[in-house]
Amino acid sequence: MVQQLTSGERQNALVILLCIFVAGLAMAAAGGSDPLGMHGVIVMLFGAGLGALVMRSYYDRQPDPDRLSHYYDDPIKVGIALTLAWAVFGMFMGVWTAAQLAWPDLAFDAGWSTFGRLRPTHTTGVIFGFGGNALIATSFHVVQRTSRARLAGQVSPWFVLLGFNLFCVLAVTGYFMGVTQSKEYAEAEWYADLWLVVVWVTYFVLFLRTIARRKEPHIYVANWYYMAFIVVVAILHIVNNLALPISLGQAKSYTIWAGVQDSMVQWWYGHNAVAFFLTAGFLAMLYYYLPVRAQRPIFSYRLSILSFWGITFFYMWAGSHHLHYTALPHWVQNLGMTFSVMLLVPSWASAGNALLTLNGAWQKVRDDATLRFIFVAAVFYGLSTFEGSFMAIRPVNALSHYTDWTVGHVHAGALGWVAFITFGSIYTLVPSLWKRERMYSPALVEVHFWLAVAGTLIYVFSMWNSGILQGLMWRTYTQEGTLAYSFLDSLVAMYPYYIARAFGGLLFLLGAIVAAYNIWMTVRAVPVAAARQADVPDTGLAPGAAATPAE
Amino acid sequence: MDIDHDTLVGFAKSWGLFYFIAFSVCVMIYAFWPSNRKKFDDAKRNILGKDDRPWQ
Repeated sequence: MVQQLTSGERQNALVILLCIFVAGLAMAAAGGSDPLGMHGVIVMLFGAGLGALVMRSYYDRQPDPDRLSHYYDDPIKVGIALTLAWAVFGMFMGVWTAAQLAWPDLAFDAGWSTFGRLRPTHTTGVIFGFGGNALIATSFHVVQRTSRARLAGQVSPWFVLLGFNLFCVLAVTGYFMGVTQSKEYAEAEWYADLWLVVVWVTYFVLFLRTIARRKEPHIYVANWYYMAFIVVVAILHIVNNLALPISLGQAKSYTIWAGVQDSMVQWWYGHNAVAFFLTAGFLAMLYYYLPVRAQRPIFSYRLSILSFWGITFFYMWAGSHHLHYTALPHWVQNLGMTFSVMLLVPSWASAGNALLTLNGAWQKVRDDATLRFIFVAAVFYGLSTFEGSFMAIRPVNALSHYTDWTVGHVHAGALGWVAFITFGSIYTLVPSLWKRERMYSPALVEVHFWLAVAGTLIYVFSMWNSGILQGLMWRTYTQEGTLAYSFLDSLVAMYPYYIARAFGGLLFLLGAIVAAYNIWMTVRAVPVAAARQADVPDTGLAPGAAATPAE
Repeated sequence: MDIDHDTLVGFAKSWGLFYFIAFSVCVMIYAFWPSNRKKFDDAKRNILGKDDRPWQ
C-alpha cells in the first residue's frame, strides 16, 4: 500500500491524517460525554492508526517509477476486502433483526440491541458498507480499464475509499448509541454527513480527472452510470441532510425542512438512493462485467444509451410514490406514480439488453456459476422493476404500503439484483486483479450461488405471502362495518413467515461467508498465472525504449 | 410577481412536458445518428481487449 507512494505522497497522506486526528480531537473535546465525544475518539483512532501504518513504511524505498504505466489496483484490492467484511457484518445484522421479529427475546433486554437501533446498522451495513465499497472498488477498476488510463491520483483513491469507510463506521457506531436523524437511509448525523460531502467531492473530482486522461476516445457507457451515481448521490445527500445541530458539541440536529416538504425531500432522497446508489452504479457493473465475463459485446450499445438517459431523467420524479394517500398534493402523487410506471421502459431495456447479450451463450451460463450470478441479477432486475412500477400505482399501494410486501420488494432488488451482480462482478474481478488463473474453488462459487438463490427465493416468497396477508387482514370488515382483525391478530399471523424470512436471510449470509473464504483462499493459495501477467502494451515505441508516464 | 402553488403546477405541467419531449428527441438523434454507429460499435468491442496496462 504505502510502498506505492513516493515520499512526497507519504507526507501528504500524513498531513491529511494529522488534520483528521485534530478534527477528532476537537470533536472529543467539544462533545465530552455526548456521543459526539465518543465519535471524536473513533476519528482520532482512525487518524492515528492509519498514520502509524504510513509512518511504519515511511522510509521504505521509493516506488518503481514504472508504476505510472500500470493500473492502480491497490485501493481496489482493499476495497474488495472491505466489501466482503461489510457484507458479512451487514447481513449478520439483518439475520439478527429478522430473528428478533420472530423471537423478540433476542434483544436481550439491552438498549443498544433493540430492533430500532439494530435495523439501521443492517441497512447502512449492506447498502453503504457492502454496496458502497463494491461501487467504489469496481468504479476504480472499470474507469481505468475502459479509459485505458491510470487513476488520476495516488493518495486520493485511498482518501475516498478509507474516508467513506470512516463515514460508515461513524454511522453504524452512532446507531448503537442511539444517534439518528430519523431519516431512512440517511440516519447518520450532521458531522458524519459533512465528512461524507468532503469524501464524495474528492471522489467526483478523481473520477472526472481519470476520465479526462482517457486514451479511449469514447467514454464507455458503464462510466456514464458511475458518473450519474456519483453526481446524483452528492446532490441527494446534501439537500436531504441540510440540518442545524443544536450545538457544535452535540450530535443531535434538526432538519431545516418542515412538515410535508420534509417528507417529500426525504423520499425524493430515499427513492433516488435506490435509483442512483442501488441501481445506476450496479448497472455500470452489469454493462462492464457481463460482456467481459461472457466475452461477448453488449447486445445493443444504442439501447444502453437510451436506457441510460431514460433512467436518469425518469427516476428523479418517482419518489413521491412513497407518499400516496398523505398530505402531499394529489398531483405530486400522480406525478410520482406516472413516472414510476414509465420507468419500466428503460429498466426493461437494460434487463433485456443483458439477457439478449447472453442469448446464444446459454451453455456458458449453464457451466459458469459466475456468469449465472450475473444472469440471475438481470432477471431479478427485470422482476423487481416491474414489481416496483406496479406497487407505485395508488390502488395497489393501498394494499401494499406499510406491509411486508414492501420489504419483500426491496429484498428482491437488494438480494436478487444488487447482491447478485456484485458477487458476479467480484468473482470476475478477483482472479484478474490478483493475476490468478481462476478462483480457489469453483465448487464453492457453485455452493454460494445455490445458497444465494435459495435464500433469496425463501426470503422474497415469505415476505410476499406475509405482506399480502397483512394488507388483506387490515382491510377486512365485518358485516357491522368494523375491522375484522386487530393489529395483534395480523402480527400473530406473521409468525411463520418471519421465521422463514430469517432462515432465507441466514442462507444468504452463509453464501457471503463462503464467498469471503473462497476469495481469501484465492489470494493466499492460488499461484500467480504467467498468462495473466500484464501484457506489454503497444506503446508505438521501439523495443527497449522507456515508457513515458501517461499525462 | 407572486409565485404561488398554481403557478408552479402550471409551469411543471406545461414546460416540464416540453422539456422532456425535447430532451428525449435529442437523445434519440444522438443514439441513431448514422456516423455514430462506428464509434458505438468500437466502444462495445474495445472493452473486451486483453491487454491489462494503461495505453501510453
